[in-house]
Amino acid sequence: MTGKTQARARRALFSASGYHGTGILLAVFFLAPFAITILSSFRHGTEARLPPVPPWPTNGVSLDAYRSLDSFGAGVWQHTLNSAAVAIGTALLTVAVSLLAGYGFSRYRFKFKNALFVLIIATLMIPFQSILTPLFIILAKLGLNNSLIGLTLVYVTLQLPFSVFMMRNAFDAVPKEIEEAARIDGARDLGLLIRVLLPLVLPGIVTVAIFAFLNSWNEFLAALVLLSDNSKFTLPILISAVRAGRLGAIDWGAVQAGVTVMSVPCLFVFLLLQRYYMRGLMTGAVK
Amino acid sequence: MALVIVFFILPVLFTFWMSLHKWPLIGASSFIGLRNYVRMFSDTRFYSALGFTAYYTVIITIAIFALAFPLAIFVERQRRMVGVYRTAIFMPVVVGLASASLLWVWFGNVDSGFLNPLLAWLGLVDPKSNFFASFDSAFVVICVMVVWKVAGFTMIILLTGLQAIPTELGEAARIDGANRWKRFIYVTLPLMRKTMALSLILSVTGSILAFDQFYIMTAGGPQNKMITVVYYIFNQSFVSFNLGYGAAMSLVLLAILVLISIFQLWLLRVGEDRP
Repeated sequence: MTGKTQARARRALFSASGYHGTGILLAVFFLAPFAITILSSFRHGTEARLPPVPPWPTNGVSLDAYRSLDSFGAGVWQHTLNSAAVAIGTALLTVAVSLLAGYGFSRYRFKFKNALFVLIIATLMIPFQSILTPLFIILAKLGLNNSLIGLTLVYVTLQLPFSVFMMRNAFDAVPKEIEEAARIDGARDLGLLIRVLLPLVLPGIVTVAIFAFLNSWNEFLAALVLLSDNSKFTLPILISAVRAGRLGAIDWGAVQAGVTVMSVPCLFVFLLLQRYYMRGLMTGAVK
Repeated sequence: MALVIVFFILPVLFTFWMSLHKWPLIGASSFIGLRNYVRMFSDTRFYSALGFTAYYTVIITIAIFALAFPLAIFVERQRRMVGVYRTAIFMPVVVGLASASLLWVWFGNVDSGFLNPLLAWLGLVDPKSNFFASFDSAFVVICVMVVWKVAGFTMIILLTGLQAIPTELGEAARIDGANRWKRFIYVTLPLMRKTMALSLILSVTGSILAFDQFYIMTAGGPQNKMITVVYYIFNQSFVSFNLGYGAAMSLVLLAILVLISIFQLWLLRVGEDRP
C-alpha cells in the first residue's frame, strides 16, 4: 500500500519537475536575449566589439556604451524625449478622443450611428502600410511632415479604431441607472462624464493608454518615412541608424545600449499594468 | 459629440479617398491613367517581392504555430508558477519589432554576436560563419527572431480558445474511452477552429506587412532577395520617389489584404456553422 502511494508520489514529482524544467527552459529562451543585451550594454568600451561570452561585465561596470550612443544624432536624451513626447502625446490624445467617441457611441442616438461605427471598425482591417503614401502627401500638404506633432496625429488616427471600440464597450458595461441618478442630482453632460463616469471606465482608459503608448513608442515604418530631420528621430530610427554604422564600423555597444533604452520602458509598463494589457488583447482578439 | 466623430473620421476617409485617386501623382502630378498598373504587371522585381512575401508568410506562420500551440497547451494547466511562465514567454511581444530586430542582428553578427560562440560551442557551426551572408542562414535567423517575438502573442490567443472549451466535453470523451491524442484531435481541435482561424489570420496579415525586420536586419538581404512587398513599396515611394507607382502597389496590397479579410470572415462563419 505504502509502496503504491510512494510510487505515485514519485511519479507526480517526476512530472512536476519535468513540467517546471520545461517551463524554466522556455522562460530562459524567451528572457535570455534581454538579459544578455542589458548586461552587455554595461560592459567596458573596449569589450563592445567582442562577443558577449560571458555576457556580464568582466572589466567592471561602465557606461561607455551609453556614452557612445549619446554621440549619435542629437544625443540620446533628445531622442528619448522625442519618443516619449510622441508616445505620451499619442496616449493622451487617443484617450481624450476615444473617451468622447466611446461615450457618444454608447449613449447617444443619432443618424447613421451604426454605419459610422462599422466604418471605424472596418479601418482596423486596413493596414496603414498600404495608405502610407497618401498619408505622406496629406501631411506634406498640411505642413506637418517632418514634425513630431504630425507623427503623433498619425499614430492617434491609427490607434483610434481599437480605442473607440474599447471605450464603447467600457461605457456599455456601466449601468444606465447610475447615469440617471447622477442626472437627477444635477450633473450636466461634461461634468457627468468626468465626475461620475470617468472613475467607472478607468480600466478601459488604462488599457487604451497602454496600447497607444506601446504602439507609438515602438512604431518604426511611419516614423522612418515621416521624419527626415536628424534631431527629430525617435529612438527606433536612431538606433537603426547606429546599426547602419558610421564610417563602415558599427558600434555594437551603442546598439546594445539603444536596445536597452528602447525595451526597458516597454517591459516596465507591461509588468506594471499586465492585467489591463491582457484585457485589451482579449477584447482586440475576440472582436 | 458628432463633431468629434467627424473630426477623426475625416482623416481616415480622406486617406481612403486619396489612395483611390493616387495614380495621377507622378513627378509633377500628371495624369497617366492606368499606366502605373500596367507597369506593375511587367515588373519582375514586384513579382519577386510578392513571391518572397508569400514564402516568408507561409514559413513563419507554420513556425509560429508549431511553437505556439504546444506552448498554449503547456501554460493552459493550472499549476504553480504558470503565471510566471506565461509572462516570461509573453515578454518579447511588448517590445517593438524594431528593438527585437536590432537585438537579434547584434546576436547574429559574426564578430561581436552571441549566436556564433553559442552554436560553435554546441559544435553546430564554424565559429567564423557569417549568418547574414547567405540567404538561407539569414532567413533562419530572422525567422527565429520573429518566432521568439510573436509566439507569446499567438500563444495567448490560442490559450483563450483552449480555456473556452468546457472541461466536461473532455471528460465525457475520456469516459467514452478516447485516449489523450484522440481527445485532442476529435474534441479540442474542432472546438478551436474559430480561435485558430483568428490567430492564423492575424499571423498571416502581420507577415504580409513585414518590413522592420528586413529593413533593419538585412537591408533587403543578400542580392536583394529579401525584399518584401512593403519594403518594395517603401523603396519605390520614398527612395526612388515614384509615389504614384508606390500608391498603385499599395492599392494592390490593400486588395490582397481585403481578400484575405473576406476569407477570414468566411472561415469564421464556417467555424460557427459546425458546432
